[in-house]
Amino acid sequence: MTNSFGEFAKAKMFLVIGSNMTEAHPVAATFLKNAVQNGAGLIVIDPRRHKLVEFAQTHLPLKVGSDIALLNGIMHVLIKENLYDKQFVESFCTGFDELKATVMRYTPEAAGEISGIEPEMIVKVARELASIKPVMVCYTLGITEHTCGKNNVMSVANLQMLLGNMGVECGGVNPLRGQNNVQGACDMGALPNVFPGYQAVGDINARKKFETAWQVTNLPAHNGLMIPQMMDGLVNGKVRGFYIFGENLANTEPDIHKVEHELSSAEFLVVQDIFENETTRFAHVVFPAAAWSENDGTFTNSERRVSRVRTASPPPGYAQPNWWIFKQIAKRMGHNWKSDSAQELWDNEISVLAPNLGGVKYYRIEDDGLQWPCPTINHPGTPILHTNGRFTSGKGNFAPVEWTPPAEVPDEEYPFVLSTGRRLYHYHTRTQTGRCDGLNEMLGEETADISIGDAYKMGIKQDEYIKVRSRRGEVRVKARVTPEMPDGMVWMAFHFREGNSNWLTNPAFDPNTLTAEYKACAVAVEKISA
Amino acid sequence: MNQNRIVINGHTCDFDQGETILDVATRHNIYIPTLCHLKGSTPTGACRICVVEVQGRNDLVASCATPASNQMIIKTESPKVITYRKAILGLMLASGNHNCAIGSSKEESWTEFQIATLNNDYSEDLCPAWGDCELQNLAYRYQVVGRQNSHFGEAQSEESSSSMIAPEINNPFIIRDSSRCILCGRCVAACNEVQVNRAIDFGYRGNESKIIAGADDSLRHSDCVFCGQCVQVCPVGALVEKKALGHGRPWETEKIRTTCPYCGVGCQQLLHVKDNKIVKVTGVEDGSPNKGRLCVKGRFGYDFIYSKERLKTPLIRENGELRPASWDEALNLVAQKFTQIIQESGSDALAGVSCARSINEDSYQMQKLFRAVFKTNNIDHCART
Ligand code: SF4
Ligand code: SF4
Ligand code: FES
Repeated sequence: MTNSFGEFAKAKMFLVIGSNMTEAHPVAATFLKNAVQNGAGLIVIDPRRHKLVEFAQTHLPLKVGSDIALLNGIMHVLIKENLYDKQFVESFCTGFDELKATVMRYTPEAAGEISGIEPEMIVKVARELASIKPVMVCYTLGITEHTCGKNNVMSVANLQMLLGNMGVECGGVNPLRGQNNVQGACDMGALPNVFPGYQAVGDINARKKFETAWQVTNLPAHNGLMIPQMMDGLVNGKVRGFYIFGENLANTEPDIHKVEHELSSAEFLVVQDIFENETTRFAHVVFPAAAWSENDGTFTNSERRVSRVRTASPPPGYAQPNWWIFKQIAKRMGHNWKSDSAQELWDNEISVLAPNLGGVKYYRIEDDGLQWPCPTINHPGTPILHTNGRFTSGKGNFAPVEWTPPAEVPDEEYPFVLSTGRRLYHYHTRTQTGRCDGLNEMLGEETADISIGDAYKMGIKQDEYIKVRSRRGEVRVKARVTPEMPDGMVWMAFHFREGNSNWLTNPAFDPNTLTAEYKACAVAVEKISA
Repeated sequence: MNQNRIVINGHTCDFDQGETILDVATRHNIYIPTLCHLKGSTPTGACRICVVEVQGRNDLVASCATPASNQMIIKTESPKVITYRKAILGLMLASGNHNCAIGSSKEESWTEFQIATLNNDYSEDLCPAWGDCELQNLAYRYQVVGRQNSHFGEAQSEESSSSMIAPEINNPFIIRDSSRCILCGRCVAACNEVQVNRAIDFGYRGNESKIIAGADDSLRHSDCVFCGQCVQVCPVGALVEKKALGHGRPWETEKIRTTCPYCGVGCQQLLHVKDNKIVKVTGVEDGSPNKGRLCVKGRFGYDFIYSKERLKTPLIRENGELRPASWDEALNLVAQKFTQIIQESGSDALAGVSCARSINEDSYQMQKLFRAVFKTNNIDHCART
């Protein structure tokens, strides 16, 4: 996020796109609802009529995967009607002419044709967005989990730069991160192309720096593989040893049949986790790890805030902290690492090596955490990025993007579009929430959400078991007939093994980020004849 | 001259325009009791326990709802105020099943009563909020015994207290006992103004007045999403956490601040820990980013760590089955196998996926293992989901 949760309650206007905040980020949603109760405007762009729509002045139920067309359409109106922030664009941005050339082709009519939104609504929303300053844009995986995910993100950024809403309080581009520490795992360099602190592995100076710090030579210079490439590698033999730490890939990756084939092809698979799960079934060695609240450490939230995690209980049996396990393997391969606690790792290594975290030390984050960039010990942290038009790379660059359809679109055989996500009472594959008293009682099985119209047409009753099929697989699952859903769409989660949406999802990936298209594939819905 | 000054109990205090008397007092560390007041939401003035005396005014004013104005001279604990507060407390104690104050013999002192209660801590009838109740604290502070005029006291002696209004227990998280509700309305504010879930409200009128969920249904059949914010703000024992019941009184638990393990909001939690076990979780009041708020997962999703199914020992696959192994055996096997693969096929024949749920230090350590020891950049995590 460029901005912070603390600004939500004060904001004047929100645009929420591809984010079912009340279920996936419930506490963030409370601050947004507070703002709306105090008079802030809210525009929701989402195929589903989810809870937040009750609070919205305008809801644009776009077709799944048509975000770029719609956003380009809105920008078209902003430029054509001269509603954009000329001063901001001239002073702080480059590439306006290119953006203009692209969005000029997305007339409200053209954008409306693709997105299923009335052209008048597109004009209305553009005017609404221009009428109030600043507008805070929030999005979640509805934007990123598409084959055009990266372009979706750029499109959102284009809109906010055009409106001059960057670098100001209560504005900005704010992706709410899915996992508690996905921000942190990126910051720590658990990525194939960067060291901790986003220092490129291809940069000789960065490599020198880490070679000195880690007292090694010849750190590899070429980027490594991303998860889908690793999975391919398991099958074609390029990846012989695979180490999975804390992810239940067998249920979370698209197309479970394919994933399980890949995992079962692994020559040597090490899994480190707190429970046996669908993925440990394929492991050759399993390491038992300490869980949340069984060791000290830090998490970094969506607003870049590094906060402390503390110990409440000892780990069970012989389970050990994850960092300890990695250290033991290093030792057995000839490397004696010094740091012997999470605090030593942070204070003596991470904060020393990642410039943006230089000022974050354990003693400074006893209470509220610190938001990076926080380069020095006296730095108060940075709640808002890019203030006064200062973008990381000089000026903000408009990167015009063209709309592309999802990799798989409905056809005669598979006439529905399936989109997926998370529900309030569970978290991902339920390895944790499924073992908490009460949460299963609130939600005990997977459902397929369908519209009232479709249910009526097919004679499907509430809670009736139906079959949902895609080119990859099929599931038997309870129908949840709800006014949240538009006709022609099915929505499912991946909390349960049975009825898991990933039996159906399409392993098609964004060409740049290799993020899978969890949000769109084609399925058929069938009544199970009695 | 002398702009924005008021005098509270003889101390001169400055104030900002718009601050209430209570705000000013709190900022100057002057205690005024409150019950219905909930920081950040609209004052209702419902309970009147926060009344103070303002020189030149005959009536007592509710400090939580009265803005400070220049030159006010205020007394927070005058005899008049105390008499008034005692009367309110007496009425509150009498209006419900407040058996902490009426549960023992007639003329006993508070001290004896406390000892008696401690000896009988897990008795079914004892209020679960015992020791964590603002009404109880105030009754003690002002030495009000609930027995007088208590029709509930009578009921208590004749039949069991549970026969009055059965508590609502048909959901896994929250016990709702209207017989202990003092109608302060904090839960209503928490649900409607803080969390904005609009599940509960005041219902009916006069003597019939009570807090209702939906159209006077159970929480389970209302819009309730079990965020538990109402429980966190309830000053008495009318709303309590079901999962925490019988697992320790507040003075027995250590409070440990930490960060929620679920979504990317990163809410700050207070773990209530007894004998190395989390028994309850609350939000850290005023902590960033969540300002005391939590959702159902953050508040009630903590006990997975105590599951019997936890992995407790390393496992090695042998003849198709995973069997327990020692750390040494398992670590040696992995180190040896990885070394062999590197020798035979090069460093890039290894790949790893880190965890976006675990601590930063773990992800740092894993990428360091891959880069510095294995010499490959094949390290990733589900960064884009
Ligand atoms: S648990 Fe949350 S949603 Fe339910 S009544 Fe209480 S405050 Fe409202
Ligand atoms: S309490 Fe709920 S909203 Fe807050 S971090 Fe945890 S899961 Fe997210
Ligand atoms: S706290 Fe002021 S009236 Fe209740």
